[in-house]
Amino acid sequence: MVAFTILEPNGAHEIDARIDGERIIVGPDDIAQALGWLRKPEGICRDEVCIPVHPDAGLDTADGLDLAVLARLLGRPLAIDIGECVAFVGESASTRAEALSSLVAPDFSLPDLDGRMHSLSEQRGKKVFLVAWASW
Amino acid sequence: MQDELGPLGFTVLTVAIDRDPEESRPWIERAAPTHPSLIDSSWLLADLYNIDQVPTVLWIDEQGRLVRPKDVTFGSNTYIEFTGIDAAKHRELLYEWVRDGKHLTPDRVRAHLELPTDDDQLARAEFGLGRHLAERAGARSAEAAERHFDRAGELAPAQFTIRRGSMRMRGKDPMGEEFINMMIEWTSAGHPLNKPLPE
Repeated sequence: MVAFTILEPNGAHEIDARIDGERIIVGPDDIAQALGWLRKPEGICRDEVCIPVHPDAGLDTADGLDLAVLARLLGRPLAIDIGECVAFVGESASTRAEALSSLVAPDFSLPDLDGRMHSLSEQRGKKVFLVAWASW
Repeated sequence: MQDELGPLGFTVLTVAIDRDPEESRPWIERAAPTHPSLIDSSWLLADLYNIDQVPTVLWIDEQGRLVRPKDVTFGSNTYIEFTGIDAAKHRELLYEWVRDGKHLTPDRVRAHLELPTDDDQLARAEFGLGRHLAERAGARSAEAAERHFDRAGELAPAQFTIRRGSMRMRGKDPMGEEFINMMIEWTSAGHPLNKPLPE
């Protein structure tokens, strides 16, 4: 087992994983803790949603779940660096596209320079001119 | 703008997409804004709104609904010859919306949405991995970061929040020759320098 980092758009999780060639095998408890999905007999589940898993999908191994297969089943993009023991599980294009197409502005919570958190939803009741900029 | 329109139930909300808040600090302190000025060190806003370049502006109404999808404008017409973007016209539309609530219909907003592709989202994952590795100590991690930055740029060449946004992390100058060459290459291939909304 090695210490492994799973990154997501919203944060990072430190877990244990087994590296088997190109495969990253993660225990179901670690997957549940990092990504919020549980391996159940009916599939991989979160809240009321269960995604069925075909026995030939290659998700299950003796030591845990294959991270790449899991990401594929969830439709989420996966970038891996095996040598550095880190992977980024992104958000799918369809999830982002659905959110934007609903025209409900996706909420976010970010710090100001003093570290105080502010969210878009706090501005409800006002018209918001949202400006994304950068120093670069 | 904030002082003038604030009393009409309006706020500016700025988000600096910068790895280190200290990079944005001098700009924010100089502007001394009365509106919230946030720092997005993990490119979350770019991910949520498929923001491919900066500056990008979006309008959101009192109910939290998008009434003008991502658009590019500037505070003034100082660079109009270079950008071709008329800041005065955008400002006029904005004032009209704040005063009268009049703007694009939901159908028009949807028609103008630019939704992310699978490659955009994979590029964001590769870029996120690169950002993480660029912070780790050691030459091996730095080399790994380079590979993921390169891969991200190949997957989504139009995402300048990735290609230009990674330059400083790679020890490159985002205002320098490499950036200029990147833009020359981009526009020579027939791509517009920026894509302001047509209405």
